[in-house]
Amino acid sequence: MHIKEGPKERHTLSVTVTNEPGVLARIAGMFTARGYNIESLTVADITEDDSISRITIVTAGTPAVIEQVVAQLDRMVPVHKVTDLTLLGDHVERELALVKVAGTGDHRIEALRLAEVFRANVVDTTISSFVFEVTGASTKIDRFVELMQDIGLVEVARTGIVAMARGKLAI
Amino acid sequence: MSKERSGANILIEALGDLGVELIFGYPGGAVLPIYDALFQQKRIRHILVRHEQAATHAAEGYARATGKPGVVLVTSGPGATNAVTGITDALMDSIPMVVITGQVATHLIGSDAFQEADTVGITRHCTKHNYLVKSPDRLGDIIHEAFHIATTGRPGPVVVDIPKDVQVATAPYKKPGTIQHPSYRPQVKGDTKLIEAAVEMLAAAERPILYTGGGIINSGPAASQILRELARITGAPVTSTLMGLGAYPASGDQWLGMLGMHGTYEANWTMNQADLILCLGARFDDRVTGRLDAFAPHAKKIHVDIDRSSMNKTVRVDLGIVGDVGRVMEDMVKLWKARQHPKPDLTKWWAQIDGWRAKKSLSYPTSTTEIMPQAAVRALWEATHLKNPIITTEVGQHQMWAAQHFDFESPNKWLTSGGLGTMGYGLPAAIGAQLGNPNALVIDIAGEASIQMNIQELATATQYRLPVKIFILNNEYMGMVRQWQELTYSSRYSESYSDALPDFVKLGEAYGWKGIRIETPDQLEAGIAEMIAHDGPVIVDCVVAKLANCFPMIPSGAAHTDMILADDQVSGELDDEAKALV
Repeated sequence: MHIKEGPKERHTLSVTVTNEPGVLARIAGMFTARGYNIESLTVADITEDDSISRITIVTAGTPAVIEQVVAQLDRMVPVHKVTDLTLLGDHVERELALVKVAGTGDHRIEALRLAEVFRANVVDTTISSFVFEVTGASTKIDRFVELMQDIGLVEVARTGIVAMARGKLAI
Repeated sequence: MSKERSGANILIEALGDLGVELIFGYPGGAVLPIYDALFQQKRIRHILVRHEQAATHAAEGYARATGKPGVVLVTSGPGATNAVTGITDALMDSIPMVVITGQVATHLIGSDAFQEADTVGITRHCTKHNYLVKSPDRLGDIIHEAFHIATTGRPGPVVVDIPKDVQVATAPYKKPGTIQHPSYRPQVKGDTKLIEAAVEMLAAAERPILYTGGGIINSGPAASQILRELARITGAPVTSTLMGLGAYPASGDQWLGMLGMHGTYEANWTMNQADLILCLGARFDDRVTGRLDAFAPHAKKIHVDIDRSSMNKTVRVDLGIVGDVGRVMEDMVKLWKARQHPKPDLTKWWAQIDGWRAKKSLSYPTSTTEIMPQAAVRALWEATHLKNPIITTEVGQHQMWAAQHFDFESPNKWLTSGGLGTMGYGLPAAIGAQLGNPNALVIDIAGEASIQMNIQELATATQYRLPVKIFILNNEYMGMVRQWQELTYSSRYSESYSDALPDFVKLGEAYGWKGIRIETPDQLEAGIAEMIAHDGPVIVDCVVAKLANCFPMIPSGAAHTDMILADDQVSGELDDEAKALV
């Protein structure tokens, strides 16, 4: 006997929640409990009084699973609103990464040149290393990290994706 | 500003304000301040169980039989972990319940203190919501909010974990007004446009069926009444899940019996051949649908449910209406009448259904020497149904036989663990139901294996003078496990024999119960009469045919049309695909 799985889609969800202890565990736990994927998850409070957090989740699954993910999130007590940005249409996704590269001589010059192409900022430097700050779509960051591999990549830290629908309306 | 009082007193005050009459609980170190506060008041009665799991099932039984939320009070650590099974059970069956757990003092949390467990962590996935109360200032509001969440929308269990120092520290308490929760707003009224569409689909259907579930019971007695009206004006056949039995009367002409794995031939074939399924407060559970790709292939499906996540979870539906099923049915009936839809002519459909009914799928082999378990349930029904008894069950064959052969005429009379399938549910649930209905006849139809899972609760019934009855169908097997082993594993009865059974009559007597043993068919009627006549708790050990199977049955992973009936050849081996399904 073999276990079969259907074709998957990638969806970006925006979830607003009451900023209370355990809310992130509740959301993340629901995904593991029901066997859903989390490809990326970011969270930060977005109100002046720290009352509401906005969570951006990138998940993958069959269309039926995505529909369930949204419904399961929506029924949770501290969840205010769930928006499937992928379903909504056009939206922007951005990610920030810190990329540490070590090297001297030509490698160092090449690293700087590539950073310029990618509009990455140098946020720390020693005579033998840089820390670059690069933002953009995840694919752009993937590419930047890939290029740095040959030049002297030391380590990477990424924020995960934040996303927002295009146009003038709020979610 | 009202005067300050301890967290424990705030809790008691809030519970009183919420109309709580009964708490099922067990004391321990981390709830001593609450027990002391309980000792000094008279408004709330505490029922001392013998195990925390039983407290949760008793609360479920009380809730299911009365429509009011069940309340549980247990200590930290093992008190809370023992309650987890019943909390999960309540989540699966949508039972309103509030569980108060003690916790170690806030400064000890996370230090692996004595009897510390991460209760909110452990119960996060088996509650509708849970709270860790960090200050007595918030306690009153949280208790009120917990009841609001447990009882509204799709009901469920809510855990409130209260550290011991919060029980002792003081704060003012004021009864809050109507709760306006910032994010939790269940949708009660269904969308009018969708209801209109549903009514038109129903009026146009040639082969409709009403597939009803526990949501109708949860919606309240009025929902059962409006279901009867909806069935009357549409003339459609009615079936129900295990959890929905009693919403539509079993004596009704349009009643097909329960559907699903152990449902009737007519209920399952009517579902299979229908052109319209109106699902009312049920959730297309795997026990109902059987093999999904063969489930009701010709039917348009309308789903009415208060929980949006129930829609399209397993079965794609054509029309989903989110709302309270009672309210939605009421709107449907009103609209049907306003549009002056005549009662549809379903003569052809009913002729087909009558053909399936003629199979008499609930028939079973008879015996003059042994008591057939089905006959025992039927005899119990014959002897008690005029008293409108409350029936609880454990889990297994006896549960299915009770569902098949005990007819229910009204809601809140049938208490069983459906979703989680918890052995040991029946006795504590009967205790809870009896406390909520002191004058009712409450019977736990049990198996000899299940009853032992919470047998310690015999003492609870004795202590509170509760005249609950236990009727054990004793076949010396974990019968449903044995049946599956017979059907799926060529009768290799691995660990399913109930060895070293106690003498249930003497066991009952040891706890102050009356014990009755019934061994032959001719003793059945008199034994049941003796049980009913006794004004006190009775345990009946009814010795039944050992190898009887529960039919009809749709094997795991099979379609409704692949149903096995009593006279079919059954023993054998199933393939791995089928073995992988529960």
